[in-house]
Amino acid sequence: MLAQLRGAVVLTLIAMVVFGLGYSLVGTGVSQVLFPSQANGSIGPDGSTLIGQRWTGPGWFHGRPDSDNPLVANGQPGSSGPSNLGPRSKVLVAQTRGLIRYWQQHGVKPTADLVTTSGSGLDPDITPADALAQIPMVARATGLSAARLRRLIQSQTQGPELGFLGPAYVDVLQLNLALSRLR
Amino acid sequence: MVHFVLTLVVLIAVLAIAWRFLGAYLAAVYTGRATWCSFAERPIYRLLGVDPEREQTWQRYAVSLVVFSGVALLGSYLVLRLQGVLPLNPQHLGGVPAALSWNTAVSFLTNTNWQNYAGETTMSYLSQILALQMQQFVSAAVGIAVAIALVRGFARRGETTIGNFWVDTVRGCLYVLLPIAFLAGIIFVAQGAVQTLAGPVLVHNPLNGVTQLIPRGPVGFMEAIKQLGTNGGGFFNANGAHPFENPTALTNFLSIALLLAIPVALTYTFGRMVGSLRQGVALLAAMVIIFGIWTSFTTFAEAQPNPAVAAAGLRQQPTGNMEGKEVRFGPLNSALYGVASTQTSTGSVDSSNDSFNPMGGFGLLTGMMLGEVTPGGTGSGLYTILLDAVVAVFIGGLMIGRTPEYLGKKIQAREVKLASLGVLVMPVTVLVLAGVATALPVGRAGAFNAGPHGFSEILYAITSQGNNNGSAFGGFGGNTVFYNVVGSIDMLMGRFGIMIPVLALAGALAAKQVVPNSAGTFRTDSPMFVVLLLGVILIVGGLTFFPAVSLGPLVEQLSHGRFF
Amino acid sequence: MAMLSAPISSAPGPGSEPHTVARGRGLFDRQILGQALVGSVLKLDPRVQIRNPVMFVVLVGTVVTLLEAIFHPSVFSWSITVWLFLTVIFANFAEAVAEGRGKAQADTLRRMRSDTLARRVGPAGIEESVTSADLRRGDLVVCEAGDVIPSDGEITEGIASVDESAITGESAPVIRESGGDRSAVTGGTKVLSDRIVVQITAERGNTFMDRMISLVEGANRQRTPNEIALTILLAALTIVFLPVVVSLYPFAKYAGGTVSIVVLVALLVCLIPTTIGALLSAIGIAGMDRMVQRNVLAMSGRAVEAAGDVQTLLLDKTGTITLGNRMASAFVPVGGHRDRDLAQAALLSSLADETPEGRSIVAFARDRFEIADAVPTGPTLFVPFSANTRMSGLDIGDRQIRKGAADAVRRWAEGLGGRTPDELAEVVNRIAGVGSTPLVVADGPEVLGVIELKDVVKPGIAERFAELRKAGIRTVMITGDNPLTAAAIAREAGVDDFLAEATPETKMALIRQEQAGGKLVAMTGDGTNDAPALAQADVGVAMNTGTTAAKEAGNMVDLDSNPTKLIEVVEVGKQLLITRGALTTFSIANDVAKYFAIIPALFAATYPQLQALNVMRLHSPQSAVLAAVIFNALVIVALIPLALRGVRWRPSGAASVLRRNVLIYGVGGILTPFIGIKLIDLLLTATHLY
Repeated sequence: MLAQLRGAVVLTLIAMVVFGLGYSLVGTGVSQVLFPSQANGSIGPDGSTLIGQRWTGPGWFHGRPDSDNPLVANGQPGSSGPSNLGPRSKVLVAQTRGLIRYWQQHGVKPTADLVTTSGSGLDPDITPADALAQIPMVARATGLSAARLRRLIQSQTQGPELGFLGPAYVDVLQLNLALSRLR
Repeated sequence: MVHFVLTLVVLIAVLAIAWRFLGAYLAAVYTGRATWCSFAERPIYRLLGVDPEREQTWQRYAVSLVVFSGVALLGSYLVLRLQGVLPLNPQHLGGVPAALSWNTAVSFLTNTNWQNYAGETTMSYLSQILALQMQQFVSAAVGIAVAIALVRGFARRGETTIGNFWVDTVRGCLYVLLPIAFLAGIIFVAQGAVQTLAGPVLVHNPLNGVTQLIPRGPVGFMEAIKQLGTNGGGFFNANGAHPFENPTALTNFLSIALLLAIPVALTYTFGRMVGSLRQGVALLAAMVIIFGIWTSFTTFAEAQPNPAVAAAGLRQQPTGNMEGKEVRFGPLNSALYGVASTQTSTGSVDSSNDSFNPMGGFGLLTGMMLGEVTPGGTGSGLYTILLDAVVAVFIGGLMIGRTPEYLGKKIQAREVKLASLGVLVMPVTVLVLAGVATALPVGRAGAFNAGPHGFSEILYAITSQGNNNGSAFGGFGGNTVFYNVVGSIDMLMGRFGIMIPVLALAGALAAKQVVPNSAGTFRTDSPMFVVLLLGVILIVGGLTFFPAVSLGPLVEQLSHGRFF
Repeated sequence: MAMLSAPISSAPGPGSEPHTVARGRGLFDRQILGQALVGSVLKLDPRVQIRNPVMFVVLVGTVVTLLEAIFHPSVFSWSITVWLFLTVIFANFAEAVAEGRGKAQADTLRRMRSDTLARRVGPAGIEESVTSADLRRGDLVVCEAGDVIPSDGEITEGIASVDESAITGESAPVIRESGGDRSAVTGGTKVLSDRIVVQITAERGNTFMDRMISLVEGANRQRTPNEIALTILLAALTIVFLPVVVSLYPFAKYAGGTVSIVVLVALLVCLIPTTIGALLSAIGIAGMDRMVQRNVLAMSGRAVEAAGDVQTLLLDKTGTITLGNRMASAFVPVGGHRDRDLAQAALLSSLADETPEGRSIVAFARDRFEIADAVPTGPTLFVPFSANTRMSGLDIGDRQIRKGAADAVRRWAEGLGGRTPDELAEVVNRIAGVGSTPLVVADGPEVLGVIELKDVVKPGIAERFAELRKAGIRTVMITGDNPLTAAAIAREAGVDDFLAEATPETKMALIRQEQAGGKLVAMTGDGTNDAPALAQADVGVAMNTGTTAAKEAGNMVDLDSNPTKLIEVVEVGKQLLITRGALTTFSIANDVAKYFAIIPALFAATYPQLQALNVMRLHSPQSAVLAAVIFNALVIVALIPLALRGVRWRPSGAASVLRRNVLIYGVGGILTPFIGIKLIDLLLTATHLY
């Protein structure tokens, strides 16, 4: 029993050192050397391309209507997460109604992505269809032609990964940065 | 749709390769033929004070396992409690409260990775890697070790020992988990997963006036072992939906492949070690059939419109149910991920399970209720499906008029007792605890959604922990003393309540002689066996959980046009 | 090695009608049914019920619903209570019926066991009269014609014909004599002729008859290994359904509804495997009973079960594989003689030969050559066989005809001045080479030819062995013959292997060798020198004609002393296991339909949308629940005949047996209750009560 206990204590310590610290530290070192940008969060001057931001006003393309986007709570980072509303939730019905009304006020015929929240609350992407649906709003606000905006969206469309993994998508931050250059 | 079919085809191809080569490699590792890492292995045994040549009886094996689990549990618990005074804590987070530390330590020890906390706002970097990621390695290795011990029980004749716990665990970590996870970790980071010890970063975008304080951490490599070890506990609250954990559809695919790889490959290892690949193929066939059916209807369900969104006025949802899903994955990949994650004991999510359509949620919930055997967790999948197989063999064997035998081992009272115990401990635990949770106000308070979906949330939570899965219908307030304690009982029963009978079974089988095959033997590599095995898995799971499920997802599905 | 003797009746072939003590009692004798009804009420004793965990739960459930019915009376709760109670009664009834047949047989035997007076021979040789109850082991008793042998014993002196019908049901007398393997006599049998002295080997209460009574009665029936394993599985299934049902109470509360206790109990009873739980012990008792019907006494249920597992059958050649005796099968003339002359001479030489071989030569010659009864003319003298001359024949006047062993006849003919044809040796060797016995026939100095005496393999036996092979059972022929002869017969009979020149030691070694390979071995035997092997074998069937030692060593006794019975013994063993497995599968498969009946009914008020699961379109929640309960009870009664008779087993591969049983009892088990419950629901609706 005592021998077992020794084994247990030593193995726990080894595991903490090797598979806890060692694995992560070596991994961090390798990552920082090989992929410094990704390892640090793909962060540019205007934010991370991987973390969605809340865009308000008709002059910008909007992302998913996620409430977690600002990510700051009491001076600390806020936590990510979805709405967790079930498929038969009255709250979800009401919330979606509000979003649909919002889009209709802006002259946009909403797509599903534009009235549903994402899994992380930080979804940085929309589909090209979601972007195309917003053209009437953005065109009216910016004065850019619909055709131009359509070409813009096309140029910003990425994926599917390896040609078949997942849907095609548009990174909203990059799309709006490109849009700002047009304005 | 074509893309999704192609995704499935490539996934099958990748898993076929893993089955053949990883399976063979695992056999080499656990029969001691692989030695390339012995330079690191030998000093470890010296430090442990273990003679790697000396094998253990099942009792000693079990004692070693329990003692080690106890110490590792304590280690994790202490790190969580003391994180406030320990280094690698850039957000200066305080110690984790006692009940939550206990639940979390149990959760990672048992390979469950149920998380009653949001990682980015609760855990220091040190806690993440020392208390949690460490367990993600060893809990997976222990699971494989127990499975291998059971396989040895089948493969041996008239022997008293079933292997050495310390050797099996160390070899699993060193030879299997560490190298694969490291390579996968590099891919995760290359795709965009963060891997840094620097703290949160403040960004400001003048275009929209948004200021963000973005949490970071050593995420990418944890992600790799989280999936490979079918752990599922992520760095961030949003788990695999978070772009820093699962940045692209490629990492999403890699996650699915990683979490299925070892459980699938173990069926090859099993066949190899018992001397007949066909035996492993039979188990794999049962796994593939159930996995295939569940994937089909769950993805189908998620391709349908979300009823609440439709009721709000958006009837047209051509892409399917997008509530709680990430655009870069879409409903089909998310559903596939969900099925893979719930039918292994992973429990990681790349979308909100809570917001799946009723039959989608049904698919996730029932995938766990079948006992997580298709293909199940690392090791736990194999040893649990072997328990099902013993029960199937017993009933089938009687029906051909012989004392049932599996791989030449007679299945008698002791084996039936241990197998039924192992098979039934999960449903009994889950039903009893779900009953307790729904009976008490503290339990009922856990559900955030109203109506039958609230019941589904509680049932899902108890089922997930009882199966050491760890996924959640996230609208659930689990961080209460009640749920932290109930959950820990649930997880410990689901882990050790099955492992101990499995080890006892391994010991009983190893001691047995082998009855030679004849034309009168019930062939356990035949399609008929697969049918019986499916029958046992589906009927045991179905009969025990049908009433409960009918009050949750089934009512939701049948409540057309009603909202709660 | 012991020669198996089938003393009076020649061994019946496979499938012949068995004689049985309880012959004439059908599966459902009215008297047995009457007693069983009484028994099923007596068995309600909780101390009896607790031994069967599944049915105990039903009994407890019945009490719960009874209390509900008393305090909240309604037609529905009373109906459920009554049907739950009937479920318990039906289970008891099944067991009582199974026991009843054994009890009836035991009663018959007990009547025969009445005390008899015995003539004990004292130490000084003085006879005294004592009751059989006073006899001790080692006592010597004298039995003469008309006496009932007072207890089991060995004949130490004399020879007698004995009527053993009390035990075997066979009316023809058998010969018992001192020394050798036919010296055992059984208490309760009757001496018909002559005088014997018997040394008593068993005391009152311990005799063969006593054991037989307790065996057929099932007085101290032990659960067999597979039965224990199955009981554990059933208990586990019962335990798991308890939380399934109990948790529904808080679940329903959560949903804002209530569920009635009566319905919950009904659901529990429907889910736990009552069908197999109710019939399990009846199946075991009936398995023993089926052995008794085949006139085989199994000393334990364990032995019956082991019979189903047997992978190697050791079968004695004589009496099992071949008919008891060799038969003439060919006449081979030599030296240019006509075969008709040879036949004529062979017939004449055998006219007086009363051995089975001799008779077969006469019959063969008549049938094949249509030789009329050639009445010898002139003074005839029969020359009997003797160990010295090793030939027999007859002299008609000067004409001397002899038949016998080749070298003996050759020498005799040459002594008369004859010349042996060159091909004789070759013919003799060829016949011996195929396992037959050559008998040379000479008419004076002229050697006419050779009679081939052949071991005749029983008709149909090769097919039988082929079937067994398909079922994975290996047959090994045991014979004292030389390897050459043995090989030839083995080939013809289609056995998988043979043991030639067998001795008790080689037989024992063979059993050990098979067992070391993990196989279960069955054998028959009757001699004292078979006893160690009988004890070593997993299933040792001793012939009732055998010695006491053999009977004690084996774990079964075949009252018919028919070695072919071994195959039937295996069948009964397999049937026993299959019946258990099939009814377990059926029982569990039934649950699917019961869920579809009860779950929508249970939550009809809380979640009317669950009516979508009411695929049977049952009339009302109450009729649905009651229909399920009634079906659950009636299916027990409906399956009693199957439990007692056993599921049919034909020797064939495991795969086809399994496929058939899964289809019938698995798929059938899923479908049947859908139909049954619907029909009962229609009947209940017609009463307008529910």
